[in-house]
Amino acid sequence: MTQKLVVIGNGMAGARTVEEILARHGDFSVTMFGDEPYGNYNRIMLSNLLAGVETEEGIFLNDLAWYRDNGITLNAGVKIERIDAAARIVHDSNGGATPYDKLIIATGSYSWTPPMKNVHNPKRGYHQGVFAFRTLDDTRGMIRYARDHERAVVIGGGLLGLEAARGLQNHVSHVTLLHAMGHLMERQLDPKAGQMLQASVEGKLGINVITNAMTSEILGKDKVTGVKLADGTVIECDVVVIAAGIRPNTEMVANSGLPVERGIVVDDQMRVQGHEDVYSVGECAQHRGSLYGLVAPLWDQAKVLADHITGTSGVAYTGSKLHTKLKVAGIDVASMGLIAPEHDEDEVIVYNEPKKGVYKQLIIRNDVLVGATLVGDNSKAASLIQHFDRGTALPEERSSLIFDIGGAVEESPEDMPDDAQVCNCNGVSKGAICGVVAGGCGTVSGVMDKTRAGKGCGTCKPLVQRIVEWANGGAAEEDPAASWYVPGVPMPKSELMASIRKYRLTSVSSVFAKLAPGGEDAKSKMGLASLLKMMWGADYVDERDARFINDRVHANIQRDGTFSVVPQMKGGVTTPAQLRKIAEVAEKYDVPMVKLTGGQRIDLLGVPKEKLPAMWADLDMPSGYAYAKSFRTVKTCVGSDFCRFGVGDSTALGIALEERYQGLEGPGKMKLAVSGCPRNCAESYVKDLGVVAIDGGRWEIYVGGAAGAHIRKGDLLTTVGSAEEVIRLTGRFLQYYRENANWLERTYAFVPRIGVDRIREIVVDDTDGIAAALDAAVEEAVQSYQDPWKERAEPATPGQFRTSLPLIVLPQVPVRS
Amino acid sequence: MKTTSLVNLGPVTDIPLGEGRTYAVDGDMIAIFRLRDSSLRAVSAICPHKGGPLADGQIDNAVVVCPLHLFAWDLATGCSQSGQPPINVYPVREDDGHILLGD
Ligand SMILES: Cc1cc2nc3c(=O)[nH]c(=O)nc-3n(C[C@H](O)[C@H](O)[C@H](O)COP(=O)(O)OP(=O)(O)OC[C@H]3O[C@@H](n4cnc5c(N)ncnc54)[C@H](O)[C@@H]3O)c2cc1C
Ligand code: SF4
Ligand code: SF4
Ligand code: FES
Repeated sequence: MTQKLVVIGNGMAGARTVEEILARHGDFSVTMFGDEPYGNYNRIMLSNLLAGVETEEGIFLNDLAWYRDNGITLNAGVKIERIDAAARIVHDSNGGATPYDKLIIATGSYSWTPPMKNVHNPKRGYHQGVFAFRTLDDTRGMIRYARDHERAVVIGGGLLGLEAARGLQNHVSHVTLLHAMGHLMERQLDPKAGQMLQASVEGKLGINVITNAMTSEILGKDKVTGVKLADGTVIECDVVVIAAGIRPNTEMVANSGLPVERGIVVDDQMRVQGHEDVYSVGECAQHRGSLYGLVAPLWDQAKVLADHITGTSGVAYTGSKLHTKLKVAGIDVASMGLIAPEHDEDEVIVYNEPKKGVYKQLIIRNDVLVGATLVGDNSKAASLIQHFDRGTALPEERSSLIFDIGGAVEESPEDMPDDAQVCNCNGVSKGAICGVVAGGCGTVSGVMDKTRAGKGCGTCKPLVQRIVEWANGGAAEEDPAASWYVPGVPMPKSELMASIRKYRLTSVSSVFAKLAPGGEDAKSKMGLASLLKMMWGADYVDERDARFINDRVHANIQRDGTFSVVPQMKGGVTTPAQLRKIAEVAEKYDVPMVKLTGGQRIDLLGVPKEKLPAMWADLDMPSGYAYAKSFRTVKTCVGSDFCRFGVGDSTALGIALEERYQGLEGPGKMKLAVSGCPRNCAESYVKDLGVVAIDGGRWEIYVGGAAGAHIRKGDLLTTVGSAEEVIRLTGRFLQYYRENANWLERTYAFVPRIGVDRIREIVVDDTDGIAAALDAAVEEAVQSYQDPWKERAEPATPGQFRTSLPLIVLPQVPVRS
Repeated sequence: MKTTSLVNLGPVTDIPLGEGRTYAVDGDMIAIFRLRDSSLRAVSAICPHKGGPLADGQIDNAVVVCPLHLFAWDLATGCSQSGQPPINVYPVREDDGHILLGD
């Protein structure tokens, strides 16, 4: 008979336990309560969210659909206030009473606030500007507040405090870390290692660290103005984050009469002492006297609980050996077991290189590793953790434990034992990965989805990939979706283009109707629009809804929903008359910011959508293409015109290129440059296509360079003898890229993927015999160019330039004077 | 839903197929979308993430994608697909070529 399972706590342990039970086909109807108003998210990732390297979207583990699909009733934002174990009922904050046959308590911990004066505001809970670091709401609040403030103090120099300090640097200019103990991370590191870490944190990251710092008071009446230490020191700040430790959430459980000591007392089957049908897992559970504050042990507990509750007998959780391997604030740290020798016979091996910030210490007892501390270099952490976990005999040559003697060796999947842990965040072994591969899932992303290996901090992804490849007998299967041009149409680019031609699909909606199994897909529209326009030229049926807003209004949307206007200024050359006109328009329309762009153009920022047409008319200049996945600008240097070093007329060539290829659309932006000599003042080596004049009237053409989120020096495609040849080969290369690159694949990825030698064969040497076709195709595109700003007179669609902004403008963009 | 009475927001042809436009109704800003199957959807005009103008977003028959950070919301339920707060949805229909907002 289906039993009623109730779970209190929808955090990492609670949700994971339910997953494990589902995987064992437990016959339960599941009801979950979580007092956070969300589905299940990866709490570990809050550090990354704060640091801005992860989005909120990226940290969700199970979305609402998962609960629905598995028949789980989720009560998010509902707190359990009392457990009536005698009647087997839980009472919630909405006044509801839910009966259960089995109950799991996974209430986790809360962030502990050390006693300090003035930390709480009687009206508001925490003083304004004071934050804990535990939940998504905490993190959101912290980011929102820190953004408008300057100086932050973090209280607590453990792992969490370090992460908080690192993340806050993203939002404020000055961060001080206060730690009550003598050295950082005193529970994982010995004093020496703690000091090395402190030196790195101060030197490399620029975070001020004060140890032996007892915070006694938060200063400020309405808002925080500083903190005061016990010795009287005052540190000015406007944001305070408390990361001084955690305490298990057990009050409600204790009040309900269940056994609570430091945590909820459980036995080896995770049963709450004295209660057959009540279990507890995670940070709130106390097992054999220990509480665990890391996820790996929780996964072990979840497995045992799930086995036991679904009827496997003889399973027991016997505790976890704690080890951590992390990047603390960007610095490698690993720690396991003892942090100091305990017996006279304990063998201690220390390696210390303070200049580089590298410190390694091993503690060995009876030939078995009982403790290790690594700072600044984690390359040997995985093998040390294995020795530590298993207690295997150590090599005679002790130094091989901390150094790769004879060069770095990558761990080879073949040599790893089956139970070697690959993913330390999610506790996935090599065996588990191989099992999934053997079960028929041969893609890296598929294996990651099924096992969650690599879905924590992500550092093990390369190893996961190698194991999948090895288990597959050499190569991982291609992930089919990874090769699709757009997510909504299951075809790679060449196949998609062939089908589009075969059925003569000239509009985005007709592609969806014919080729997309799921029908219309918003996230595929823009890629298809660009592709179709490239393929059909004048025959393309332009459906405006397929365009991104920038391409609908020919301007770049900004964070406050306004747009920017960038008039064309070929080669970065302008005239006094043009400048005067731009200045007049900027004044007339109260443009909040006038800025020179990295591509040598003038950006008029903060323009409301409805004003765009009138501004274009007043400017009466063509569009400068600062939006769209298209040919952007050609940056030029002074060149032989004025520069005493110039050997080629870079300005003239830049203007000629821009005149010819303006507005050309592609799978990604195309940014170009021309420099008049190898001094390279126009930065041509790092452009999608860059041209450099060299002595003797010749020009070098580089392709695949980048200086944005990726930095790459372009590859030399060829050297030619005239400006005409540069113009012709530029068009040919751009057309080849337009036809063959993946959606949003910039040339810095495209060129290395195809290989510059192969591209040279096609574009320069014409070994494939398609050069003439490429030239003709790009010529056709060039001929069909129309200045989009001409649309100002007659909008293409009703309300094309009507405002979409709220009456109250929401995120105010700062205006500088 | 605040509006209990019906409001006529003008001809449906004011909104191109597959796009959205913002309307001010009783001091509220509401984005109305005209799906490619020509049915209408009405949701709050302001993205709860960072205030993006949702009517400038791209849609399909199920979701609207905010133009600022590309998070998606379900047009029928207002639920976020990415753990963001939900947006309001409002009853809306077409009558004799006009957009009628409200029950
Ligand atoms: C910023 C941060 C970074 C971290 N980094 C790491 C890391 O790198 N590696 C690592 O191993 N660990 C890390 N941790 C620790 C890890 O997140 C925790 O060990 C783990 O989340 C504990 O899981 P849990 O399910 O026991 O508790 P939680 O994930 O806290 O879940 C408990 C849930 O129960 C809910 N709840 C509590 N009481 C009730 C009630 N009465 N009714 C209903 N719901 C209730 C809570 O709201 C909460 O959502 C980090 C933690 C934080 C905060
Ligand atoms: S790249 Fe050469 S020609 Fe151009 S400005 Fe610099 S020094 Fe002068
Ligand atoms: S560098 Fe460019 S993309 Fe990055 S924030 Fe500045 S303007 Fe935006
Ligand atoms: S403002 Fe809408 S997704 Fe960010």
